[in-house]
Amino acid sequence: MSGEATAGAVERGEAANGTAGSGSAGSGANEHGAAVNGTAASDAAANGAAGPDPVESGEPWRRLHPSGLKVTALYMAGVMTAAGVPVAFGIGSGAGLLIALAFAVPGALLVIGATVGYEAIRLRVTRYRVTDTRVEMHTGVLFKTRRSLMRERIRSVDLTANPLERVFGLAKVKVGTGETGSGSGSTNEQTLTLDSVARAEADRLRAELLRRAAAGIGEDGEQRLATWEPGWLKYAPLSFLTPMLAGAAVGAAFQVADWFGRGGLPVEIVGGLVEEHGAWTVLGLGLIVLLVLGAVASLALQGEAWWRHRLDREPGGTLRVRRGLLVSRSLSLEEERIRGIEIVEPIGIRSAGAGRLDVVAIGLKTDQEGSDLSTLVPAAPLPAVTAAAEAVVGPVGCELRTHPKAARTRRLRWAAVTVAALAAAAAVPHLQWPLPALLSAAIVLAAVLGSAFAVWTAFDSYASLGHALTARHLVSRRGSTRRATVHLDRSGIIGWRLSQSVFQKRMGLMTLDATTAAGKGHYAVIDADEHEILDFADAAVPDLLRPFLVTSPE
Amino acid sequence: MTASRTALRPPQNRFDPRTVPWWRVQLLVATAVPVVPLAVLGLLIEPARPWLLGPAALILVLGLASALALPAWWHRVHRWEVTDTAVYTLTGYFWRTWRIAPMSRIQTVDTTQGPLQRSFSLSTVVVTTASSAGAVKLEGLDQDEASALAERLTELTDATPGDAT
Repeated sequence: MSGEATAGAVERGEAANGTAGSGSAGSGANEHGAAVNGTAASDAAANGAAGPDPVESGEPWRRLHPSGLKVTALYMAGVMTAAGVPVAFGIGSGAGLLIALAFAVPGALLVIGATVGYEAIRLRVTRYRVTDTRVEMHTGVLFKTRRSLMRERIRSVDLTANPLERVFGLAKVKVGTGETGSGSGSTNEQTLTLDSVARAEADRLRAELLRRAAAGIGEDGEQRLATWEPGWLKYAPLSFLTPMLAGAAVGAAFQVADWFGRGGLPVEIVGGLVEEHGAWTVLGLGLIVLLVLGAVASLALQGEAWWRHRLDREPGGTLRVRRGLLVSRSLSLEEERIRGIEIVEPIGIRSAGAGRLDVVAIGLKTDQEGSDLSTLVPAAPLPAVTAAAEAVVGPVGCELRTHPKAARTRRLRWAAVTVAALAAAAAVPHLQWPLPALLSAAIVLAAVLGSAFAVWTAFDSYASLGHALTARHLVSRRGSTRRATVHLDRSGIIGWRLSQSVFQKRMGLMTLDATTAAGKGHYAVIDADEHEILDFADAAVPDLLRPFLVTSPE
Repeated sequence: MTASRTALRPPQNRFDPRTVPWWRVQLLVATAVPVVPLAVLGLLIEPARPWLLGPAALILVLGLASALALPAWWHRVHRWEVTDTAVYTLTGYFWRTWRIAPMSRIQTVDTTQGPLQRSFSLSTVVVTTASSAGAVKLEGLDQDEASALAERLTELTDATPGDAT
């Protein structure tokens, strides 16, 4: 045990010397690295509060699974093949195949060897253990880092396994505490990732780390809250991924052409097609082909991500989302940390009467666009989404109060500004230069469509606005292209932010922001009546706003 | 509910009067940063003189005007108040923002003082909650008042159990 303690002390010294340590301590210690290492023992004493309790260091250290090396080797071989073949062709087209291979093969082997070597060292030096109070991990090839999480703070355990890892029976374990460096600007969420351990060990860790409250409840008390149906995949082509992936396909075509030294080829091909078939045909068909490509890619991506998705409530108050066709993912989330849910209806899937269910939970970042970590149920028919929402947080049905007509006027004014700007943007080139008929038509068409969309959005986003209080939740709905209805736990509201611009003041409108520790940090009721919203906030969280309110009769 | 005319009353306290010269110096420094290099370059490079001195003069006039007018106005507009249950502030005029942080949800109370603030004996108290959007800043309190306030806030929040989320 004393040997263990000494090793720990030395590592702590080096940790303070590295960059991965806690910000200020690391930067301060950098110039005095030798001194810190020399006095590792005293440094360990100084860090004692965060270090392992000597009483518990009887718990043995465990290592990552050695098969991780094979996964890395195979993965790098794949990457090098994917990257090397175009490069080899690129060189080969100019200098002959043999010379190309003479460059590409040793280069690839060198990269693979270096990566595998690094990984072998990383696997050797990484150790972890679960004591009664903490989860600890020591790692680092160049810079030693040691991370130690309080077990009682652990809020989520996330298991993932890509196809290679599944072949070798491995899984990555990500342990999250949901702490975000309490407000002072730093957002280094306290997480610990074990990359990777045996599947059985991953399941054991997950069960052990979230066990605490489960004592006394039967092991098989699992309750199914939602099950994904393959039919829901029909919503995938309607998501924003479709146009995004179509755009990516165009970019990829240029990239590949560039690899072969023919960067202008796609333009030439399109030019040839226009000569042959006429511009409108090419434009129309091209768009259709691209959208179909995007839809297929979106279908594949979403199918992979959500295949066999199911949402369970496990004994001990944990929600568990399991999903994935090739990469299997499992997210366990402590219900104690849930502060509400958000039903999100992006315009595409809304047009098909569908939406998705996101969770508003402490320690799950939801503001990163494209992150599906906080999604409990993907695009599904609204009744199914509502049912899942009720299973998670209780009744969600309620009548929303509409917002004053002035809110619509405000949105129409924004639309008017947009239309004016689009009209100007379309008119200027026509006045400046003589334009070919096709380009002119395209510009006018784009401006007209853009204007129509702006006006429609104004009406639609006003129709979306609404707010209400239920027994447990503050409900707010807003947005047009991304309509979202948040049900925020009233006890999870930890402050108010009210704002009113001069324009809002003239129209008698006000925006209420409920701040919370969960999700994106604040959820807004925008452009509500300036008097009514204060009564609303006062009713939502009793006694918080009351001392600052004055009421005068009509 | 629609018949009532509920409104927010402004917080009770204005910031320390010394915030006016403090803001004024800040604005002057902000003005000097682009004006001085432009003026120096304008004097050195003769062919480009009108192109350098012109913007410099414009920025100087705008900067001086705002340094003269804005701080006094801000002093009238920005307000703060600390009750036993909450911290309450009002900032801005064109975009007014009222912030309310309940005492029971406060996680940290920081007092900071920049070099410029020190010369005016002013301090800033920052009250943060567990929300990334919930920080309330009291910029421009007398330094003694600020430390007394921070102490009082710390005492009040320490007395509240729970992890404030």
